[in-house]
Amino acid sequence: MEIDPFIFRLSIFILSIFIGYYVVWSVTPSLHTPLMSVTNAISSVIIVGAIIAGLAGNSESIFNTSSIFGFLAISLAAINIFGGFLVTQRMLAMYKKKKKDK
Amino acid sequence: MISANLSATFYLISGVLFILALRGLSSPETSRRGNFFGIIGMVIAITATFLSTGNFSSGFVYVLIFLIIGGLIGTFIAYKIPMTAMPELVAGFHSLVGLAAVFVAISAFLNPEAFNLGTQGNIKLGSLVEMSIGAVIGAITFSGSIIAFLKLQGIMSGAPITFKGQHPINALILISIIILTYLLCSTQSSNLFWILLGISFLIGFLLIIPIGGADMPVVISMLNSYSGWAAAGIGFTLENTALIITGALVGSSGAILSYIMCKGMNRSFFNVILGGFGATEQLSSTSSKEQRPVKSGNAEDAAFLMKNASSVIIVPGYGMAVAQAQHALREMVDTLKKNDIKVSYAIHPVAGRMPGHMNVLLAEANVPYDEVFELEEINNDFAHADVAYVIGANDVTNPAAKTDPQSPIYGMPVLDVEKCKSVLFVKRSLSPGYAGIDNDLFYRENTLMLFADAKKMTEEITKSFN
Repeated sequence: MEIDPFIFRLSIFILSIFIGYYVVWSVTPSLHTPLMSVTNAISSVIIVGAIIAGLAGNSESIFNTSSIFGFLAISLAAINIFGGFLVTQRMLAMYKKKKKDK
Repeated sequence: MISANLSATFYLISGVLFILALRGLSSPETSRRGNFFGIIGMVIAITATFLSTGNFSSGFVYVLIFLIIGGLIGTFIAYKIPMTAMPELVAGFHSLVGLAAVFVAISAFLNPEAFNLGTQGNIKLGSLVEMSIGAVIGAITFSGSIIAFLKLQGIMSGAPITFKGQHPINALILISIIILTYLLCSTQSSNLFWILLGISFLIGFLLIIPIGGADMPVVISMLNSYSGWAAAGIGFTLENTALIITGALVGSSGAILSYIMCKGMNRSFFNVILGGFGATEQLSSTSSKEQRPVKSGNAEDAAFLMKNASSVIIVPGYGMAVAQAQHALREMVDTLKKNDIKVSYAIHPVAGRMPGHMNVLLAEANVPYDEVFELEEINNDFAHADVAYVIGANDVTNPAAKTDPQSPIYGMPVLDVEKCKSVLFVKRSLSPGYAGIDNDLFYRENTLMLFADAKKMTEEITKSFN
């Protein structure tokens, strides 16, 4: 009997939850805000679904209801990807060690 | 066009890079590299998607246009946003992830062929279940985050909104979501799909309105978690490893943060989620409040106390963020350090409106992160410190949490500020904090109240010092 591919995806999912659990506990509390903004950015990898939806239209009808939702989702996810990574970058650049400057 | 196996491998690589991105956050030194890994992972995932569809003719230009529009908006926001507005920004970003998940689910529902999910009206059962779960959680994330955003932004009052029968109504809606999902999967009716989305948006609003402003750290973390589960749901539908891995990571990350926040308040997750905290307690405390003598002073008194101190601990809270006092605070600390006074900062887990809020603000003001300590690290030091400077914090210093079993915050871990030789409390008035309870600390012999705006007072202390 063959194993349903769903089971493989489920395995990846469950194991990733465990990885997430251990990795996130090791995040230092002072970086919890960047943690939230970067998780925001990476969860926007949902853009891959949006791109598939956006490219699904054929040359006669690039815009149909389905692809329009795809295009909108592309923009929303892109705001998050750029905004999330850049604001995280900006925050992380501020964390400095003790140094007598200024 | 690349093969499905190759693109799946690329998605796996980006999943691994996302894990490394979070792993990097274990220390500030490695964090910047971690963020870079995250960016690479995203680039790989997007490129793999383009290559795997292989369709560069029809919609490609539009995909790029929408991508660029979103990218420009995101970039603009990222550079313009003030650090004090970070909680609102994160809530806003969560809402976008939620809405994007809903839109992708709609696309997939209307055009399942494009995603290899069967045909319209005859979508594979498993995919339809996964799609519905992703869409429902996405919708809840969206509307819940909108409310959180409005509350944090101050457009909507931070006070809990409660009404009679709130919990039964919410329970009823949640049950009907489950029933509708079941019906949708058995009938494939698109009407049911829209209704399902509609009530999911509704329940998102209803779930968040009863939760008060200071409980927002939990709410934001929870919505962070939801956005992850929504992404995972869509990941299952699209059979995309990168999305499944990321969804699981983000989901557990948000869940852990919610747990840490709840523990910081010694409250159960359900107690926070059911809401209404801070609304009921207010009455009991105002009625039983007796007038007690308070010592209050001005900036010169405070400067005098600090001048004679050899070590000072700063306790910042949400009030510092509101007054934007972090830069003034660092200037004051610089002056103290010039006079050979040892200064450290004590951060309570739930100080501010989101996890790590105070740390970001202090980092923005150029406070080195190795002077900033968490509650467990620094709590024993209060007994040896000369002055505690409490700026914009209240409940997290309340000794009642340790001594008074009747107090609503009893059992909450608090900073042992009262053990300092003297306590300076910057506050605008004697009003109780969020929990609506009086702080015994105000009336202690060794406490000096500084009634003023946090920023102004801090600046004046610096001036009086010189």
